[in-house]
Amino acid sequence: MSQLQFAKALLDSEHPAPKDLINPKGGPAGKRFDVYRNNVVLSLSDALADAYPVVEKLVGEKFFQAMAGVFVRMHPPKSPILTQFATEFPDFLAAFPPVAKLTYLPDVARLERIRTAAYHAADARPIDGTYLAHLTPAQMARAKLQLHPSLHILSSPFPVLAIWQKNTSAPDIAIPQGGQDVLVARPKDMVEMRQLPTGAADFLRALNEGKPLGEVIEFCEKQPGFDPAENISGLFEAKLLINIKTEGKTR
Amino acid sequence: MKVFAMPLIADLPNLAGVGYKPQHLADILADPGAVKWLEIHAENYMSAGGPPLAQLKRLAETFPISCHGVGLSIGGEQPLDKAHLARLKHLIGWLKPAAFSEHLAWSTHEGGFLNDLLPLPYNMDSVKRVSAHIDQVQSTLDVKMLLENPSVYVAFASSTMDEITFINEVVSRTGCGLLLDVNNIFVSATNQGYSPEDYIDNFPVKHIGELHLGGHLADSDEHGNPLLIDSHNNKVVDPVWALLGRVLKRTGPKPILIEWDNDIPDWPVLEAEAARATRALETAR
Repeated sequence: MSQLQFAKALLDSEHPAPKDLINPKGGPAGKRFDVYRNNVVLSLSDALADAYPVVEKLVGEKFFQAMAGVFVRMHPPKSPILTQFATEFPDFLAAFPPVAKLTYLPDVARLERIRTAAYHAADARPIDGTYLAHLTPAQMARAKLQLHPSLHILSSPFPVLAIWQKNTSAPDIAIPQGGQDVLVARPKDMVEMRQLPTGAADFLRALNEGKPLGEVIEFCEKQPGFDPAENISGLFEAKLLINIKTEGKTR
Repeated sequence: MKVFAMPLIADLPNLAGVGYKPQHLADILADPGAVKWLEIHAENYMSAGGPPLAQLKRLAETFPISCHGVGLSIGGEQPLDKAHLARLKHLIGWLKPAAFSEHLAWSTHEGGFLNDLLPLPYNMDSVKRVSAHIDQVQSTLDVKMLLENPSVYVAFASSTMDEITFINEVVSRTGCGLLLDVNNIFVSATNQGYSPEDYIDNFPVKHIGELHLGGHLADSDEHGNPLLIDSHNNKVVDPVWALLGRVLKRTGPKPILIEWDNDIPDWPVLEAEAARATRALETAR
């Protein structure tokens, strides 16, 4: 028997069970092979539902299970670490015709995916804001701000954070019009989310790319309504700043 | 046969343990009751950071930990995943578990992980492949590993030996220890139509470093023959407790783990299963 044949038959019910597999009396394995088929698809479908609970709530459990059956056969895990499973699910949803009308669904899935990533990201200790006050304006302009490794940003044309909240902790929340930039991070034990003010998503992305603070602020200030002081103090308050590099020195 | 520097096999206490589930953390820290050690699935603790790792570090200060791999695919036709072995080495390096175990099964093909413990034919080709993989695991991790007997639902026309002969061959080639899952004996023996008592009486018990118990589901195949499914979603059934007694008569006290991975109960239900295992151990002393 080749395990390739076994694996193909597990994920494709049209593919017959390998002939080498038998029941105790020497006949075809039949339903006994189906136990493995069920285990694989159901256990992975459950893992998918655990990773995307709000998507499951939005489409309903029954529909989700059927959709999961399609997804897990197309995208079985690449590694045994199931916390990294189903990173393709948001893009799968965007291309899956039965949910085409739920245009916001892929972004809800993206939010759930980055929540998982933030939960399992490396730990880091935040620094306090007093250090920045000791820098000269020139040093500050050249400083590189290192952000918490759990930090993720999702910029959505949909009110994706409000949709998530309405379907979890805040069922009475009003869903606003328009898109939301959402910050997801886990500064300590809990995954935290907040809606970002104007320009903040670009500000954080530019910092994460390692650009010096002066250059980042110059770029972001082109956006009306962007407030650099508010954004920098926000980083300290949210405990997301873990290091400041100036002229080769780090703090 | 190579002798390994860390004989991890000896370090679990001959007491009851349970598979650790994060929802039981507060209960365990408040009062673990009969539970004297914990088993974790290695693959759940391979992230860069986060609360699960912090919880495990905290538990490891109090409890002996058994590290149970579910993703190495030791029975696989393909080479072992070296990146995965490196992750295991890292985990074992900082966790310093009291035991490391894996399954006589495969789960990965062409880089895809199938999330199930899949069966292999018992013949010399499989003996050679499994033994080579165990050699590689033990020399990479520098531990003596425990190999677990599987639950199986099918047989193979290409098998040329029974499971015990197969396991004996692998042990003599690799020097590995064994994890005997008593529920798996009951499930496989029922599904394959052999005697679980004979299996226990013939098992090479001197290599056992750990015992597993768990619940299963009863079904039947299309011919009306019993088909038990290793579901780990309920209590250990009385016939499996009886088989445990038969094992303990041969082995004396051993570390016993209760596995409950699906439909996870409240802590008192799981602890009561560990207490029952403790009573079985006291009878065996």
